[in-house]
Amino acid sequence: MNASSLRRIGQMLLIPILAVFTALVVGALVMWIFGDDPLAAYRGLINGAFGSARAWSTTIRKMTPLILTGLSVAVAFKAGLFNIGASGQFIIGTVCSVAVGINFPGLPAFIHLPLALLAGIAGGVLWGFIPGALKVFTGAHEVIVTIMLNYVASLFAGWTVYAGGTQGQTPGPLWDTAAGPISRTPEVFESARIPWIFGDPYRIHWGVALALLVALLMWWIIFKTTLGFATRTVGANNKAARYAGINVKWITILTMMIAGGLAGLAGAIETLGLNHRFAPEFTGGVGFDGITVALLGQTNPLGVVLSAFLLGALDAGGARMQFDSGVAADIIQVIQALVLAFVAAPMIIRQLYRLRKPSDQVEATVFSSGWGR
Amino acid sequence: MGKQRYRITSYIIGGILLVFLVMALLVNTTSLGENTWLRVFFGVSALNFTLRASVPLILGAMSGILCERTGIINIGIEGMMLAGAFAAFVAKTSTNHWPLMSSLLFGVAVALAVGGVMGWLHAVFSIRYRMDQIISGTVLIILAAGISAYLFDRNAVAEGKFGAIALPGLSQIPVVGEVLFTNPPLTYTTLILVVVIHIALFYTKWGLRSRACGEHPRAADTVGINVNRFRYMNTIIGGMLAGLAGGFLVLEAVGQFQEGMTAGRGFISLAAMIFGNWMPFGAMGAALLFGYTQALQNELLLAGVTTVPRQFVSMIPYVVTIVAVSGFVGRVRPPAAEGKVYETEGGSE
Repeated sequence: MNASSLRRIGQMLLIPILAVFTALVVGALVMWIFGDDPLAAYRGLINGAFGSARAWSTTIRKMTPLILTGLSVAVAFKAGLFNIGASGQFIIGTVCSVAVGINFPGLPAFIHLPLALLAGIAGGVLWGFIPGALKVFTGAHEVIVTIMLNYVASLFAGWTVYAGGTQGQTPGPLWDTAAGPISRTPEVFESARIPWIFGDPYRIHWGVALALLVALLMWWIIFKTTLGFATRTVGANNKAARYAGINVKWITILTMMIAGGLAGLAGAIETLGLNHRFAPEFTGGVGFDGITVALLGQTNPLGVVLSAFLLGALDAGGARMQFDSGVAADIIQVIQALVLAFVAAPMIIRQLYRLRKPSDQVEATVFSSGWGR
Repeated sequence: MGKQRYRITSYIIGGILLVFLVMALLVNTTSLGENTWLRVFFGVSALNFTLRASVPLILGAMSGILCERTGIINIGIEGMMLAGAFAAFVAKTSTNHWPLMSSLLFGVAVALAVGGVMGWLHAVFSIRYRMDQIISGTVLIILAAGISAYLFDRNAVAEGKFGAIALPGLSQIPVVGEVLFTNPPLTYTTLILVVVIHIALFYTKWGLRSRACGEHPRAADTVGINVNRFRYMNTIIGGMLAGLAGGFLVLEAVGQFQEGMTAGRGFISLAAMIFGNWMPFGAMGAALLFGYTQALQNELLLAGVTTVPRQFVSMIPYVVTIVAVSGFVGRVRPPAAEGKVYETEGGSE
């Protein structure tokens, strides 16, 4: 690796690092203004994320779904699409994988587990296909459609595990009959579970390796294949792509399907590896976090892994922070919003730290050119 | 989008309203009201619920219209609403010992102010720092959710909320009086605001200039309009309207604050704005339609209809929104310059 490429990587990392640092400083200011002790909070945060083997394992566990939802949003960004729907796709992926996981007893694991994972991916693909196809064929903006589908997904998921009501409402098809009035599914069969790398108390499963592999695969697809090139061209200049003979409609739909599939896989992995069941309180919050992960990672799959690690650490440390210092863990969400703001507007960071704009650096993608086609 | 089509659309909407009026009168004053299904669809309680559910959507849509007519996409309405709701709640709970009305009005003022600050933040991000407008909106949504959860005192209780004021005379009209003229103050305010915004946008110099900034900023600049100043101003006013919608939720509809209580209303407002072709009355009509679907879901539950699972009934507004934006986006026309940063010739930063 020569000096100039090192400098390039340094430049790519500079803004995200400064963005995170600034967000932490502003977050500390907010805590201080409202009478909390930021130093104690951050000490708790670091302890909770990296203080022990248990803490590290929590960070890795939280990182796993974020890698995939981050990739989901990032891939859509590459084609100039904004996928706010990763949470809905995540939930549908969860429900589909559970539906396979709690059925088919006696299947060998080498069939049952891949089948359950594929079901999760398929659910997500479908949930991504809808906004993609609607955008292409009717001009409906993917932002509105994916947001609405998030609500539809969580209501649908809620229905599948619904325990029934006092007025004689029928319970949902995936409801655990042994759970009494509790709305949840039974646990998936042993043969559909992702095996542990480290069992209790660490609870790290092979899903994390799978997520990392998928990140590598996406990097390869985006930067080394014709499909990836077409996708990036569509994102950079829709018209030029059409003149170059790229089927923009197909790329748009396909990208949304891939994005949906990635988020669906996140849901499947989270369920088959960790929760082993679905209950309505397992929401798709990680889908929304995927936006921050994708932008912090500069929409590069390898950057996404790094930023998923960072956000996973923030998530992991939050609980310990609240326990140790009494600062409400919700401050983490504020810090995440600030991170997102600073990476999306590098101008703020550049002005703050008096940085010059490097000539070869691409500005953040602009894709909000109205609601129309 | 010729005049002809516009007139036909108005006739259709007028016809639907007339049918509703007649049905509502019949169902609520004659023996037709004994039919459960007719009561679900046309009962006074369904119509009242429709209006109550529509108010935040109407305000949100007005917020969207003001921003987008000058060229700023505002997807952060959801966050502005939530911030307004939380601000109103904090203001109300910290002035519980005041006389009820002044405490409530103080809540409204604070909701407007905080909404305005959120609007200003959106303008700074997207104009000054050229952040993508959709991402800036997303930042506001996450920020509002985070801050309100972080500061929410779960033991605090807001005491009292706005009550209905029956307009003398008008409220005596059967059915119509009950639905339209027996409402709490913010509902009246909202309906008046729609008229005011329509007149301001289409019959004043300010409105003409605002629209010019959204359609052709370069031309507006050439005739001496300060494009970015208009964008700042309208985004701040838009933020205040969204903040008022949040204030309505806390001070008039629910009476308390819950985390994430806006529950997608900001996004549905956006759909109403698109559905209504960026016109105040059109957006109000769309908002009423969305409100009506929510009312139906409520009435079906109350009527004990359990054949359709509750969750599917709750999906209706969201599915209607998807159908609406897919069916109408191709046929409506957003402001031409929306979502694009405007830089003066040769100047920057």
